[in-house]
Amino acid sequence: MKRYESWGRYPQAPAKEIRTMFWRNDDFPIKEDRLPMLAYGKGRSYGDVCLNEGGVLVDTEHLKRLIAFDEKNGILRCEAGLGLDDILEIIVPKGWFLPVTPGTKYITVGGAIANDVHGKNHHKAGTFGRHVTQFELLRSDGRRLHCSPDENSDLFRATIGGLGLTGFITWAEFKLIPINTAGIIEEKIRFANLNEFFEISGSSDKDYEYTVAWVDCLASGEHLGRGIFMRGNHATGGFPLDPHHGVRLGVPVDFPNFVLNPLSMKLFNEAYYNVQRQKEVRLVTHYEPFFYPLDAVKRWNRIYGRRGFLQYQCVVPPTDGVEAIREIIRRIAHSGNASFLAVLKEFGDIPSPGLLSFPRRGITLTLDIPFQGMPTLQLLSRLDEIVRQVGGALYPAKDARMSAENFQTFYPQWQEFSQYIDPRFSSSFWRRVTNNQEGA
Amino acid sequence: MRNILIAGATSAIAQETAKHFAQDGDNLFLVARNPEKLQAVADDLQARGAAKVATLNMDMNAIDRHEEMWHAAEGAIGTIDTLLVAYGVLPDQQACSKDIQRTLETFQTNTLSVIALLTIAANIFADQHYGTLAVISSVAGDRGRQSNYIYGASKGALNIFLQGLRNRLYKANVHVLTIKPGMVDTPMTAHLRKGPLFTNPQAVGEKIYQAIVKRVDTLYVPWYWRWVMVVIKAIPESLFKRLSL
Ligand SMILES: Cc1cc2nc3c(=O)[nH]c(=O)nc-3n(C[C@H](O)[C@H](O)[C@H](O)COP(=O)(O)OP(=O)(O)OC[C@H]3O[C@@H](n4cnc5c(N)ncnc54)[C@H](O)[C@@H]3O)c2cc1C
Ligand SMILES: NC(=O)c1ccc[n+]([C@@H]2O[C@H](COP(=O)([O-])OP(=O)(O)OC[C@H]3O[C@@H](n4cnc5c(N)ncnc54)[C@H](OP(=O)(O)O)[C@@H]3O)[C@@H](O)[C@H]2O)c1
Repeated sequence: MKRYESWGRYPQAPAKEIRTMFWRNDDFPIKEDRLPMLAYGKGRSYGDVCLNEGGVLVDTEHLKRLIAFDEKNGILRCEAGLGLDDILEIIVPKGWFLPVTPGTKYITVGGAIANDVHGKNHHKAGTFGRHVTQFELLRSDGRRLHCSPDENSDLFRATIGGLGLTGFITWAEFKLIPINTAGIIEEKIRFANLNEFFEISGSSDKDYEYTVAWVDCLASGEHLGRGIFMRGNHATGGFPLDPHHGVRLGVPVDFPNFVLNPLSMKLFNEAYYNVQRQKEVRLVTHYEPFFYPLDAVKRWNRIYGRRGFLQYQCVVPPTDGVEAIREIIRRIAHSGNASFLAVLKEFGDIPSPGLLSFPRRGITLTLDIPFQGMPTLQLLSRLDEIVRQVGGALYPAKDARMSAENFQTFYPQWQEFSQYIDPRFSSSFWRRVTNNQEGA
Repeated sequence: MRNILIAGATSAIAQETAKHFAQDGDNLFLVARNPEKLQAVADDLQARGAAKVATLNMDMNAIDRHEEMWHAAEGAIGTIDTLLVAYGVLPDQQACSKDIQRTLETFQTNTLSVIALLTIAANIFADQHYGTLAVISSVAGDRGRQSNYIYGASKGALNIFLQGLRNRLYKANVHVLTIKPGMVDTPMTAHLRKGPLFTNPQAVGEKIYQAIVKRVDTLYVPWYWRWVMVVIKAIPESLFKRLSL
């Protein structure tokens, strides 16, 4: 039976009703009950942007038809509930790839637009929204608005990164990028500290399409910020155009909470860092393990047990941010509230079309933190302070707890954005960060 | 390469089945009664790689048009070698018990029109000495229950008809597949509460595709329904009639 949770499984904020759109031309499943509505993709957001406690979730699962695939020019038009996983199966054999992909392929096109997602190529390609050419927005009054940079351009900008609040996207069109093979030429470089990270990152941005680093958040002192830098480009030969295959491992039950204790985390981080003996490794790999290492384990979020976990993703400005990143890692290391995965990347300066988009020039750090009640929340609040002081921001798609005050500081344009919200739409996230309990 | 006629092509299960044929680069002739949905399905299958996709807009209860439909299909994609019958209705049992008209309409759509179509197709396939007749029936056709016996009987009649056809056409090298899904999450069941016994249409579509390719006789999908129905069928009628199933 399908569960309508978010990926972090925290908070649990059940909707009162689930409704389904089976066809893109269906009338809105709207009733006289006046409950607030929200589209639900695959629930791969970590916090509560995809939740609507006491309201209605409109499931997009059945809206997964292609409308047109221009194989010559690489333009795909499809319904908004289609998953990036399905899209890859269709486009890769034809020599095309996603212009931007997050760290999982199990998200929908609607979700990619609503959170204006980014990937390892942000410095080269910007956000997903930059590649969207047009979409249809169904509003609760029944109007179907065709949105593009030229038509209804205000709503176009507000819907990209608009957290699902401006209405229901029925279909969208976006541009693909050409590839010759399904392979990636990947280089992994070990770095001993943060300074080395910035050196490698700075020198990689020009020649590498994809860059990202894994950081050992438990190492302190002189090892603080050590990790492995990964960079890559699409391989041009020696690899077929095969898409990924369906076989996956699964985590069938909730793990007991002791599986991920501080010691197991420390060992994991140690092992990960030390498994790479040489300073530099170069290999050709399929895109699947390069982009989606976590997809190999289905529902891996369950290893965090019933209490769920939090993800924390911030961006801080390029220069002032360096010290902030150092401080955040230091705090995490000291807290013992270990992070399984910490990911560091430099965003480029290609602007997002979205009015409320998260990515902006600077350094972004992403942490997974098992939820342990108050101490976890307190630790993260202190990190918020650091981010705020340097003029950074947090990513709503990963958030379950930032304060309304902080959100409004991070996104001063939120009031301008509000005028585009569909009056019948809302989410648990939006009510939280605008201090508005109305409607649910 | 196959030339497939799908009657009821806008059914969720049919769409999921057809995707596999599209991926194989087959030719598809799609028949459905709602033109807008039909176009959406045709566009999808075309973009997924089907060699040719042609459509015809018609209500399958127009039995006198079945032959014309078959000719249109052959004209558009060539000699048909696979027929998938996917359309059907799930009526409200309560309402039907008091409404003769509705009861008979259910049989008209689920049974009589299908038998009419299969009669035409069976004779054509018998003459050409090849072909696959795949028909979506239901586990509900295996035993009558008070909560669903109008629908059940309409599918049960199909099961027996298909058994006979299979027997008759065996020597003519014609494959007859009876498909018996359990509960599937599609528009047909949108009004029902979704319990753990529900499956998604993707899983069902994939199994149907495989059963067509492997020339299976009877497909229970998911597989455990075969054993559930063994148990249900084994209950003596004297006891069964007392149960509230
Ligand atoms: C392992 C993992 C790695 C990730 N890595 C990254 C990453 O590298 N970069 C990144 O940016 N994100 C990343 N994410 C987050 C994820 O990409 C986003 O949260 C994405 O938006 C989830 O899409 P979804 O289809 O599951 O949508 P949901 O989570 O279900 O919904 C997200 C938002 O989209 C809205 N929405 C969905 N469909 C529609 C529609 N049809 N019309 C209007 N609004 C709609 C919802 O209302 C909601 O506000 C990652 C997530 C996971 C689990
Ligand atoms: N869903 C289940 O739980 C389940 C279980 C067992 C068996 N089945 C069987 O599976 C088959 C497919 O159903 P589904 O689950 O995929 O549901 P579905 O998506 O609702 O499909 C039913 C289809 O039948 C079409 N149809 C009904 N009457 C028609 C007519 N007179 N002429 C032409 N088309 C007609 C409908 O067209 P419109 O869209 O125009 O109405 C619709 O496309 C049916 O035979 C059903 O009985 C379903």
